[in-house]
Amino acid sequence: MARMKFLCDADRCIECNACVTACKNENDVPWGINRRRVVTLNDGKPGERSVSMACMHCTDAPCAAVCPVNVFYTTADGVVLHSKDLCIGCGYCFYACPFGAPQYPKVGNFGSRGKMDKCTYCAGGPEADGSKEEYEKYGANRLAEGKLPLCAEMCSTKALLAGDGEVIAQIYKERVSKRGYGSGAWGWQTAYRESIAT
Amino acid sequence: MARLFAHIRFVAGALALAFLVALAAPAPASAQGGPTAATSEQQLLQQLKGGVIAGQVSIPDKKAANLIHPAGRDWRTFHTVTLKWIGGVAILGMLALLVIFYLWRGTIAIEGGRSGRKIVRFNGFERFTHWLTASTFVILGITGLNITFGRALVLPWLGPEAFSAWSEWAKYAHNYLSFAFTIGVVLMFLMWVGQNFPTAADITWFKMGGGMGKGGGHAPAYKFNAGQKLLYWFVVLGGAAMIITGYILIFPFYGGLTVGNMELAEVFHGVIGVLFVALILAHIYLGTLGMEGAFESMVDGTVDVNWAKEHHSLWVEEQMQQTGGKARPMATPAE
Repeated sequence: MARMKFLCDADRCIECNACVTACKNENDVPWGINRRRVVTLNDGKPGERSVSMACMHCTDAPCAAVCPVNVFYTTADGVVLHSKDLCIGCGYCFYACPFGAPQYPKVGNFGSRGKMDKCTYCAGGPEADGSKEEYEKYGANRLAEGKLPLCAEMCSTKALLAGDGEVIAQIYKERVSKRGYGSGAWGWQTAYRESIAT
Repeated sequence: MARLFAHIRFVAGALALAFLVALAAPAPASAQGGPTAATSEQQLLQQLKGGVIAGQVSIPDKKAANLIHPAGRDWRTFHTVTLKWIGGVAILGMLALLVIFYLWRGTIAIEGGRSGRKIVRFNGFERFTHWLTASTFVILGITGLNITFGRALVLPWLGPEAFSAWSEWAKYAHNYLSFAFTIGVVLMFLMWVGQNFPTAADITWFKMGGGMGKGGGHAPAYKFNAGQKLLYWFVVLGGAAMIITGYILIFPFYGGLTVGNMELAEVFHGVIGVLFVALILAHIYLGTLGMEGAFESMVDGTVDVNWAKEHHSLWVEEQMQQTGGKARPMATPAE
């Protein structure tokens, strides 16, 4: 089985935000929630870089470790998914996540958090693959159809890569050696405790 | 900040330049502003020493501008390891101490026996405030411990669906009853603050170990003894800390709160919370099983005069002076 990862080549990302839009559309993401976002570092200054970031589907995921009701599970592909039926909306996964991936629709009074929502790597949830219930709760299950997450699939500069970790790391290495520079695989050190030697 | 980034850029540029020179790359690299002037995650993480890597976003949710927040990992260790140890040791340790104390000392009896005359110790408002705070505290304590220990202790035998259903109700109870608890703590502070400042009698009380040892005699005390004063100040100050950190967690991101603030709030909320539970276990023990004649002060508000003379001698003297030198036998409670 493959170990699915995301890799954003910050030297290619042009901050077009199409990945953000594609994700919202493909998964019918609730209002006010962005499963994916583009963050620009050093905006307007020399060395500016943009990074498209979502849930990194961490190895030994912090969200899963702190969840008081144990809603998270890692699939055979290394994708971190969760059950919205079991989630109580306590907010702990958000405190633990280094990437700010978990978000909560605001329900009711005060800051009441609803069921947590985050990137599913376009792999749905615990319901039957491709079922109506799965789509309503989690969005598309492209992985079950043999497709990769739409954000990476439609990236115009192919900055955002999705797929087996070793394959995308190899693609990135080749790019870096060919062009002579690269700012590294953003988030990999934090999510997988590894960086790509270039 | 700008200087920091300038420094990072310089280092990154220099490193990239050295790299290219070493490879004898044909393309000349600029040390400032060129494509090679990128900063890498590794370098930034080292420079920031666990701080947040943040930038700009074009979506309305500005907190999404935090790219990487490595402190979440420390918080994770705190929540999954440290807090469990502190809570486990504090609560189980206190239970063990109480069992040992009970086996050694037993129920502390009224030495002079019951006189049959009663004196009002807590009026209706005091008892209402006590039980308002107490009942909400018990629910807040159980539902709070459920968040930290429930997954390991309760989930295996309730099953995921039932445990999630219970935990969701527990969360609502914890959130909404916090308001009633807040009122209780505020009233308790105002109601009893006058009787809880330290006095000289408290030093005697501590020297005598509160009179808790066998044959240790009875330490003099006004309405509250030194131990009760400590409890009072823990409830007021610890309660205030619980309330403030709790509201920070109930109202995420209100008033410019950051995820770092909320993590810190949870650390204080968790640690003070488990210590609070341990302390209140001792309070419950002394108020019920541990001491004859104490619990009725919070039921109908009266205590036996002999009990009062033994445990709160100075307070009884005060009361007698107010009533003209005689302990007023109470046929009916004050309300």
